[in-house]
Amino acid sequence: MLKILKTRFKQGCRTILFPKAKAPDLPQRYRGRPIIAGQNGSIDLGKIFFNPDSDIVYSNDYSMATSKREDLVLSQEREMALARALNERMLKIFGRSLKLRQVSAGGCNACELDLNVLNTPVFDLSRFGIQFVASPRHADGIVVTGPVSRNMREALLKTYEAIPEPKLVIALGGCAISGGIFSDSPQASHGLDTIIPVDLFIPGCPPHPLTTLDGLLRLLGRISS
Amino acid sequence: MELFNGGQISLSNIPVLTQQGFRARILDRCHEDARLVNLFGHLGTSGQVRLSAILGLDEEAGLEILSTFISSEAAQYESLTKDLLQAHLFEREIAEQWAIQPLGHPWLKPLRYHCNYRSATDIWKNIANKTIPGEYPFYAVGGEEVHEVGVGPVHAGIIEPGHFRFQCHGEEILHLEIQLGYQHKGIEPLMQGQDLKRSVLLSESIAGDTAIGHSTAFCEVVESLSGCIISPKAQAIRAIALELERLANHIGDLGALGMDAGFLPTSAYFGRMRGDYLNLLLALTGNRFGKGLCRPGGVLFDIDANMAGEFCLKLKKYKEEFQDVSDLLFSRPSVLARFEGVGVITPEDAQKIGLVGLAGRASQLECDVRINYSSGMWQFHHVPISLGATGDVYARALVRRQEILRSLEFLLKVLPSLPAGEIFTPAGPMKPDTLAVSLVEGWRGEIMHVGISDAQGGFARYKIKDPSFHNWFGLAYAMRGQEISDFPLCNKSFNLSYSGHDL
Ligand code: SF4
Repeated sequence: MLKILKTRFKQGCRTILFPKAKAPDLPQRYRGRPIIAGQNGSIDLGKIFFNPDSDIVYSNDYSMATSKREDLVLSQEREMALARALNERMLKIFGRSLKLRQVSAGGCNACELDLNVLNTPVFDLSRFGIQFVASPRHADGIVVTGPVSRNMREALLKTYEAIPEPKLVIALGGCAISGGIFSDSPQASHGLDTIIPVDLFIPGCPPHPLTTLDGLLRLLGRISS
Repeated sequence: MELFNGGQISLSNIPVLTQQGFRARILDRCHEDARLVNLFGHLGTSGQVRLSAILGLDEEAGLEILSTFISSEAAQYESLTKDLLQAHLFEREIAEQWAIQPLGHPWLKPLRYHCNYRSATDIWKNIANKTIPGEYPFYAVGGEEVHEVGVGPVHAGIIEPGHFRFQCHGEEILHLEIQLGYQHKGIEPLMQGQDLKRSVLLSESIAGDTAIGHSTAFCEVVESLSGCIISPKAQAIRAIALELERLANHIGDLGALGMDAGFLPTSAYFGRMRGDYLNLLLALTGNRFGKGLCRPGGVLFDIDANMAGEFCLKLKKYKEEFQDVSDLLFSRPSVLARFEGVGVITPEDAQKIGLVGLAGRASQLECDVRINYSSGMWQFHHVPISLGATGDVYARALVRRQEILRSLEFLLKVLPSLPAGEIFTPAGPMKPDTLAVSLVEGWRGEIMHVGISDAQGGFARYKIKDPSFHNWFGLAYAMRGQEISDFPLCNKSFNLSYSGHDL
């Protein structure tokens, strides 16, 4: 017991203060929201891979989640429109308690891993009333990762149907948004929103946990631009 | 024909044996001291399928390659599996990918539910239109008191999908069958073709938690085919990233194991500590999983003296923290009682199944690519092998703990004395009609990539093998005679990749 207490004391409190205070700075090499100035044409955040060897110049900004698929397409004329809060009725239902079921559908698993990180003491997701639950029947919505492989399509639809109305759908990562790096495969779909309606798009490969947290909190009206 | 890790051989120099000769040679060698490292099909020039086998001679750091042709009219051969368990999944994969019947295969069932690659009639009718498990004939145990438990594909936590079918008598598991394939996205065919810039990104997404391991293997295949020698500095940076990846995953696993044993404090600490290593990868590569670092010809991000110093300072602190928390975990009698004697695989069984990586080492198999087939940085820096004695959950946890400490020692030794020089030299065109292999010790175990170049500067065939491909059967086997409530813990102790298996 003493040992447990000693270790507990040594570990201290590690939870970040975000969103009350600014989130810790991400390292300079982190590839966040692309810089549009000086770009020709448009950049679709749902289709890019955030790889360093592309023509895109990235900023350090992790806020990228949107409410609409078309808001992910950035160009000189189109400023970033980050996710908006749900309407009042929905906020009343979900604002203080949101239970989510995650469905992994054909991705590489990095998206799931960095979603899981929100449950660590650093991000401590439960302090916002957001929790991941085991049964779709206990859930208010689903978070889908991966390009919805042909073999997962039916299981995904069944899980979606098992969630009581009203329900939220979140597409996490480039694969779920557009098929991502696998979009040329006959096994992959071309975007979750071509299968079920989506309320929140969180781009990245995988999205940084802060991108996901920021998106969820915007959806719940806890952060506004 | 002898090959080495990172080596290549012209297609015309790969020995072609008769089907009987091929079979006899593999069985002979594997009943002596060799191991079936890979067995796969690719298209021969006149439309037949060529089966190639790669045998590993762990003690000599040698690989032997041999092949045989299967005609498209009589697409069958005598199964190896009935005499060599290690061939089991490879043969099912070949049957599905190439519509070739391994005659007498004792367990011939589909793997990933897709149509074959040569537009022939599939062995399983209409396979690509079925949902898993479909009419999959699960092994069933009869008897009044026997009951069946099916779990998945959608599981309770934030994890990947798979289906587990238990045959139980009361609490006791008589048999477990694992059916995967849900994560199948057809990566191998996508990697083929000319666009190597796209292929390297795909290699980073074979298994997201092994992005460095798999992208290193991909780069080594391309470098081998194009005769590109990367600088010592690039080699060092790849090795550093590989160990950071190992550290993050091993530490996360120890946390998860503690959690499943019902000890929460360490799982919270380890969970956070895992993030420290991902953040080092983020600082180095701009991505928490190291995506974007490895490219054919070297790496895209340098470590300067400042960064090396900073990393060392942090790692020293992390090492202390790790020791504290792991002492706490490994000294809890309640944890040890849950770990010990659960999910045992004996060394003999491990060898028969062909376990690799940490699960193999936990069962006393001396398999570690960094040691047996050392290439790159590992030729200059020797890491001692970490072996377990008992082949149970405890051994798999202990091997992780040992490897964490050794990886930390390795990093603390390498970082302050990084070689100078360039980090990237573009790889030239690839030699046509040549096969190259690369082995990497990912955190789970042996990764093997095999690339066969075409005449247009791309890949005619690309074969990926994640260590999970060998080890899933080990998990199923380890569950026999265990209580069904032990499954989550035992599963964590292997922590295999669905994506890496399903491709
Ligand atoms: S978006 Fe990227 S990280 Fe996420 S599942 Fe797809 S490949 Fe993996």
